[in-house]
Amino acid sequence: MKFPPFSAAKAHRPRPGKKAAGWLALAAAATLALGGCAPAGAAQDTLVVAIVANPQMKDAISLQDDFKAKHPNVNVKFVTLPENEARAKITASVATGGGEFDVVMISNYETEMWAANGWIENLQPLADATDGYDTGDFIPTIKDALSYQGDMYSVPFYGESSFLVYREDLFKEAGITMPAHPTWDEIGAIARQLNNPEDDFAGICLRGLAGWGEVMAPLDTVINTYGGQWFDSDWNAKLDSPEVKAAVTDYVDLLHDAGQPGAATSGYGDCITRYSQGKAAMWYDATAMVSSIEDPASSLVAGKSQYAPAPVEKTESAGWLYSWSLAIPTTTKHKDAAWDFISWMTNKDYIKLVGNKIGWERVPPGSRQSTYEIPEYAAVAEAYAKPTLDAMYSAKQATSMVNPVPYPGLQFVAIPEFQDLGTRVSQQVSAAIAGQKSVDDALKQAQQYAEPVAKSYQEGGK
Amino acid sequence: MTTTIIPPAPAPLSAERKSREARRRFTGSSITTLTWLLAFVFFAPVIWLVMTAFKPESAAASNPPVFFFVPTFEQFEAVLANGAGAYFLNSLIATGLSTVLVIVLAVPASYALSIRPVKKTSDVLFFFISTKMLPVVAVIMPIYVIAGQIKVLDNIGTLVVLYTAMNLPIAVWMMRSFFQEVPAEVLEAASMDGAGLIKTLRTILIPMVTPGLAATALICVIFAWNEFFFALNLTAANAATVPVFLVSQMTSEGLFLAKLSAASVLASLPVVIAGWVAQKQLVRGLSMGAVK
Repeated sequence: MKFPPFSAAKAHRPRPGKKAAGWLALAAAATLALGGCAPAGAAQDTLVVAIVANPQMKDAISLQDDFKAKHPNVNVKFVTLPENEARAKITASVATGGGEFDVVMISNYETEMWAANGWIENLQPLADATDGYDTGDFIPTIKDALSYQGDMYSVPFYGESSFLVYREDLFKEAGITMPAHPTWDEIGAIARQLNNPEDDFAGICLRGLAGWGEVMAPLDTVINTYGGQWFDSDWNAKLDSPEVKAAVTDYVDLLHDAGQPGAATSGYGDCITRYSQGKAAMWYDATAMVSSIEDPASSLVAGKSQYAPAPVEKTESAGWLYSWSLAIPTTTKHKDAAWDFISWMTNKDYIKLVGNKIGWERVPPGSRQSTYEIPEYAAVAEAYAKPTLDAMYSAKQATSMVNPVPYPGLQFVAIPEFQDLGTRVSQQVSAAIAGQKSVDDALKQAQQYAEPVAKSYQEGGK
Repeated sequence: MTTTIIPPAPAPLSAERKSREARRRFTGSSITTLTWLLAFVFFAPVIWLVMTAFKPESAAASNPPVFFFVPTFEQFEAVLANGAGAYFLNSLIATGLSTVLVIVLAVPASYALSIRPVKKTSDVLFFFISTKMLPVVAVIMPIYVIAGQIKVLDNIGTLVVLYTAMNLPIAVWMMRSFFQEVPAEVLEAASMDGAGLIKTLRTILIPMVTPGLAATALICVIFAWNEFFFALNLTAANAATVPVFLVSQMTSEGLFLAKLSAASVLASLPVVIAGWVAQKQLVRGLSMGAVK
């Protein structure tokens, strides 16, 4: 739509005057300056701590007054995000030197890579110089997984492995005895026997949801114990090997025959709900499950379960190893205060603090051996303390894999490319579980994904 | 050969008419049913969200879903105890300031692109809208690195600038279409009466396009209030907004559905209220743009 020009047009035309530009500049300056006076405290040392929004981490936030009482000059601000968002944000910040965080929560997947890149501080000298902070007390497998060249670069807040939980009452009813060290063949037979789809009751719950931290975590331990691997020692992708095929086929078949309905979209969260609502006879997953399924407030089967080691096939053990740990990015300007906070949250006193103030069942498990010697904790965790500890002690490549591999990690490959590769491969597996493609086709595609990744990782490393 | 034309019997005709009417009535009522059904389908998630917000966590997670329960405020209390206030304040600052800035900048820009079209108006308009064509995810890394270099990460001002830039093209396009609705004669008359640019804008143009202005502002408010991606990536402890607070209610271990729903209900309230307040203006504003 056009308007006829009229004589007063020129007088009306706004001139790009200096005033307008001045106002704009002022507005922009004011908005930028606002950040400074946004809700911020004015303590000498303000620490920004990025953690994963899991219940035990939230407990730490609720106990922060204890830290503040001991360190009145340090103000702590928490950024809590769910696992995926936290991982993405912390990785972006640390990798680009964004410097928003003084303490970050990472895992044994990141620690060694980030230490090698010089992104996080060496915590060994700080730990050695701290009275009563006993690094020798950490569970050895966890300590190794968080060390680089013999020094710890992150310290564990809690640790986990994997084991098999089963309904002791139903086993007794059916006259079944769980073997002391079950194999996948034995577990498969029991699951098929107890499976009852008419009552919406599954013989076993196993993760099927796509995601490298979902279906791939338990499945990788199955692949390991069947003698499979992601890459051989020369970095050749081995996802189409007969061992991997056998492992994935058995996993998928077991889910089809005796698994939970809708397994392809069922992850850790869904399995918690199913098992704790009494809808499954067995569940193979993280040892951290105990805090949910043994809690009478949220579980109908509390006190009715027993725990068996991760099922094996060709190896001695098969569990995974994972730890949420705390590290200090090298960009921090408050290294000492950051260590003060980390040592508060990971020392022996913190465990007792949680036990006394919140409850012994809420203690972060799997980090310190001394935790398991505390009588109050031993009483609460009678059913699962020993199985958890045994699983953690045996979670190492030497006893859980058949062939040597060139990468660290049991349920993951600790190279930067794995997050993407693992997720793409998991989508193929999930499609096989959903029955959209055959295991052979899924693994053929997975192998095609893995080949260039190995190549690019090696080229990047040269 | 003779042909006998049999006249159509009157009885079937009336039956046909009756059946046509019945069909029409049937079509009418099925359309009404379908409309209700569609409305329910669209509104059901909202009802479910509000219901879940008043459930205890165990009832929210139960399968099959629970429809009858004793409502509780404990989730709202828990959410508010988690320090929701600071997040709401940040969202208010980012949304309010960016919307004011957008309107202040969009009104003169759209004036220059409609009432007094500058040269190459369509190119300018295309340039504006082209800034929306690049997916945000493609530019987040450069923005993050630049913000890190000039030390404005975790700063509410950064969000204000980005939200202004994000909403400005839409606001210019919307305001331009509203300005074009204003008859040229009105402006001509004002000019004949000796009204200058500022006076014309203040006393003629702005009052005439108030519904449009309200619609534009509300859309900017909604976009800025709900923006998640920039807020998640560029803020940490000081400048995080409500959508970031919402995701922090989620956890990979333990139950969170009821708490998340309570937080979502609280987060949607300001936008719902803003929409309610501006409802009358909004409907006029939106239809004003639509009839063009």
